[in-house]
Amino acid sequence: MLLKELSEARGVSGNEAAVREIILQAVQDTIDEHRVDALGNLICTKKARRTPGDKTPRKVMVSAHMDEIGFIITGINGDGTLRFDDVGGIDGRVLLSKQVLVGDKQVPGVIGYKPPHLMSPSEWNSAPDTSKLAIDIGATNKGGAEKLAQVGDYVTFRTFFEVLDEGNLRTVKGKAFDDRAGCATLVELLKADYAFDLYAVFTTQEEVGLRGAKVAAYAVAPDVAFALEGTICDDLPNDKDVSPVTEVGKGPAITFADRSMLADQRLVRLLVSTAKRLDIPYQFKRAVAGGTDSGAVHLAREGVPCVTVAIPTRYIHAPVSLLSLSDFDHTVQLVRESLLALEGGLES
Amino acid sequence: MKEIIKKLVEAYGPSGHEGQVRALIEGLIRDKADEIRTDALGNLIAFKKGTGGGKRIMTASHMDEIGVIVTYVDKKGFVRCAPIGGVRTMTLVGSRVRFADGTVGVIGAEKWMRSADLPPWEELFVDVGATSADDVPVGVGDAAVFDRPFADLGKRLVSKAMDNRIGCAVNLQALLEMGESPNDVYFVFTTQEEVGLRGATVSAFGVEPDVAIALDVTTVGDTPEAYPMSVSLGDGPTIKVMDSSVIVPAAVKNWMMQTAQKAGIKYQPEVLERGGTDTAAIQRSRAGIPAGCISIPCRYVHSPSEMVDYDDVQGAVRLTVELLTNPVTL
Amino acid sequence: MNTIELLRQLSEAAGVSGYEDAARDAARDALQPYADSLRTDALGNLIALKRGSRPEGAPVRSIMLAAHTDEIGLMVTGMDGSFIRFATVGGVDTRTLLGQEVTVYGARPLPGIVASRPPHVLPPEERKKPVPLEKLFIDIGMPADQVRELVHVGDLITMRRDFVELAEGYASGKAFDDRAGVISLVCCLEALQKLHHEWDVYAVATSQEEVGVRGATVSAYGIDPDIGIAVDVTFGAQPGVSDEQTCAMGGGPTIARGPNIHPTIYEQLVSLSKEYELPHQIEAIGGATGTDAWAIQVARSGIPTGLLSIPLRYMHTSVETVCIKDIERTGRLMALFIASLDQEFAAKLGL
Repeated sequence: MLLKELSEARGVSGNEAAVREIILQAVQDTIDEHRVDALGNLICTKKARRTPGDKTPRKVMVSAHMDEIGFIITGINGDGTLRFDDVGGIDGRVLLSKQVLVGDKQVPGVIGYKPPHLMSPSEWNSAPDTSKLAIDIGATNKGGAEKLAQVGDYVTFRTFFEVLDEGNLRTVKGKAFDDRAGCATLVELLKADYAFDLYAVFTTQEEVGLRGAKVAAYAVAPDVAFALEGTICDDLPNDKDVSPVTEVGKGPAITFADRSMLADQRLVRLLVSTAKRLDIPYQFKRAVAGGTDSGAVHLAREGVPCVTVAIPTRYIHAPVSLLSLSDFDHTVQLVRESLLALEGGLES
Repeated sequence: MKEIIKKLVEAYGPSGHEGQVRALIEGLIRDKADEIRTDALGNLIAFKKGTGGGKRIMTASHMDEIGVIVTYVDKKGFVRCAPIGGVRTMTLVGSRVRFADGTVGVIGAEKWMRSADLPPWEELFVDVGATSADDVPVGVGDAAVFDRPFADLGKRLVSKAMDNRIGCAVNLQALLEMGESPNDVYFVFTTQEEVGLRGATVSAFGVEPDVAIALDVTTVGDTPEAYPMSVSLGDGPTIKVMDSSVIVPAAVKNWMMQTAQKAGIKYQPEVLERGGTDTAAIQRSRAGIPAGCISIPCRYVHSPSEMVDYDDVQGAVRLTVELLTNPVTL
Repeated sequence: MNTIELLRQLSEAAGVSGYEDAARDAARDALQPYADSLRTDALGNLIALKRGSRPEGAPVRSIMLAAHTDEIGLMVTGMDGSFIRFATVGGVDTRTLLGQEVTVYGARPLPGIVASRPPHVLPPEERKKPVPLEKLFIDIGMPADQVRELVHVGDLITMRRDFVELAEGYASGKAFDDRAGVISLVCCLEALQKLHHEWDVYAVATSQEEVGVRGATVSAYGIDPDIGIAVDVTFGAQPGVSDEQTCAMGGGPTIARGPNIHPTIYEQLVSLSKEYELPHQIEAIGGATGTDAWAIQVARSGIPTGLLSIPLRYMHTSVETVCIKDIERTGRLMALFIASLDQEFAAKLGL
């Protein structure tokens, strides 16, 4: 399954080549051209194959980011352990007691923590001190470590993809669903034909500041753009009646606003009306939180109407995340049908 | 001009939802500009052609105001929101907000009156007077603004959204009043300033001016125990030297100050330590644009009762017209 | 060229972000002998062009080098009696200001002192806390009416610091961040006079880096180079800071890796350093590098970018300290890199 392959592929921001290769293989037969730009974005073009109307936009860009959060080795300690820096936003508390893979050679390592037996009561009750964490690859001194790893190596979580539920929800777990799920969605979208030139852009470095999307949007200069994401899903048990942001099983989440952008309301309406017309389950992302490639794309050149559609993903920015393939399928369906409806113009 | 100001400040226009304000402004300038268009992000761009031999000048005033946007409606009908722009809880508790369709809500807080501390954002909610989730007239994604009418205190004017409808008033008044000019002038009424100078970013790219003048508000240092600042209400419009987003080039600052001096317009130099403006977005556009800013001194910025001095406002109009109608000397 | 002399001139010149004029003029004097042309853009970036010897039929290719001329400083915000109030421009640690001598650039350069109340009269708890910005003033020792005449809101203020040569090839002064980088550009252009290079070189002394890499943003857009390399400073080993957070003084420039850096450029810089036995160090940065490289990489359609950093002690104080050889090594490395740029390398970058 493509999502499994993409989830297990390793591609921290700035090092997305392996993911790009898999995607290129997967889209080979559905695209007309592709190129890789200075930041490693994979820009695929599929020319219009349906007849446009007089209101149909000429160029539509749909993006999904290839990069995942991870780490970069910043130094090697005398005891053979490795110092590291975050790449992208990570809550330090999820790092404790995890397995990782270091560098292109995929050297296995672990991030440990002080045994509870040795902790003082005050340490026990406070948040862990993540500043002193190190990766242990088994080397016993600096020389030994230098044979296996170097400063600048990228590090990913070691997490395997697995199907959890074969019933209605069809949940799966794996790392980096943010945003390999978006990438897999985009691969599916390329299988249909549209009335405009579709620029399917698999971006890089979203997690460190929407960097790939910024330059890709400048180069492509689309008339309209969509971003596909795996987004915050906080539908865990809660005492208070407050927003879960999104919920697993309730369909694609339409993002009307986040910290990086206010979506174009015409596109929000297009998605909603399409969903209602075809009975596709959908929800709104019920929080103004996080940022996506739309944040960069909508500010390109003279501005681009944008919206983000996301698959509810529990535990994003952590070693293992969870989503429902049923939500995935509905996301593909909603975006594809909306792109078709876009033939009637933005106001439709 | 007070009538125009009243109409502008009372209009509904949170960031991303500036349609009503845009329509209002367009109606007021319709026959006075050579071309009017709206761009992809909703910026209103009005062009007045010059007689020739001048520069391409862009003015920018943002139409959007801060507000709140619905993220969740709970089972009992209480509405949770996220802030739009720099809204502070200090100015919200017990206030009223108004949605696009006119629905009014009260901002309540959890643990009502049980704590003396300022509630964090997550504890606020909007109460539209519904009896349950079923009769709530607004939905996820709907935005609201402060609900406060304009008050004319004579010399001083108070309202919500002086930031930056007062800048828009100056901008459009300059368009209406300016006579002939050698310069081609693009009067831009921008969107989404409060959430990151977004409208100005794309409109500056499109207009590509030789020089730009933003029109906005600035804070003052003349209220009790205010953070020290050499700007006071009533001492004239300011000419910006620096704010947290932009350092105005000396050449632009000097051109503006010399123009003010020559025309006998009282002004104040402004250093705003906390606050950014459209000036910055324009300055960093393409290969860089010389940009400056005229600000209206304003008390209680980002509260429902922002106060300006009418003489400062008129001074700003005069200064803007002087800058636009004379040759640009940088 | 006399590296130490040039560093002295640049360091002692005044050039707070947005008002880099004097520093820019000093940079212009330094770059002029090696440049084919010089211009200043709308944001005060100084752009020196040194043309390459393009082989016949080859496309025009260019590399942009960037080092910022601006220093952090202060700006006058008002007067309180005969004392001057100020705001910071760039990341000034206000705690280091107490007791500093400064120069206020009013009607003329005016010596001043950052005023603080004597500890004898302060309650003990206050002495333990840093003085908040609103309680700091500058005293130029004149009566109020004279202050008002000579000083105005918006005037710039720099630290007052003489450059000093230290032992073993070290020097100390203000604004080595990033005038040391600017000097390395000069070293580079000088070295290029003796090397054959095909690509055009835009050596840019950028403005307003300290307040948000603004100069680099617009100059990279204007030049639209094929490659960009920024030169800035990085944390050199110093007392009181762990080795984990710093690099070696005298160990040569650090060559950065990470999302901000194009891997091919990184590899070429390292490979040349090894080939020519130039001391160098590696620095990995997981996100924003806090340098002009961050802006250059995302100009227009994206630019393959590299970053070299000169080890520096006591960054953002007025006694920044550098090993002169590290500046020269950085310049030399850039020159060797530029000389290696050819069609084959362009192809490796996908150009």
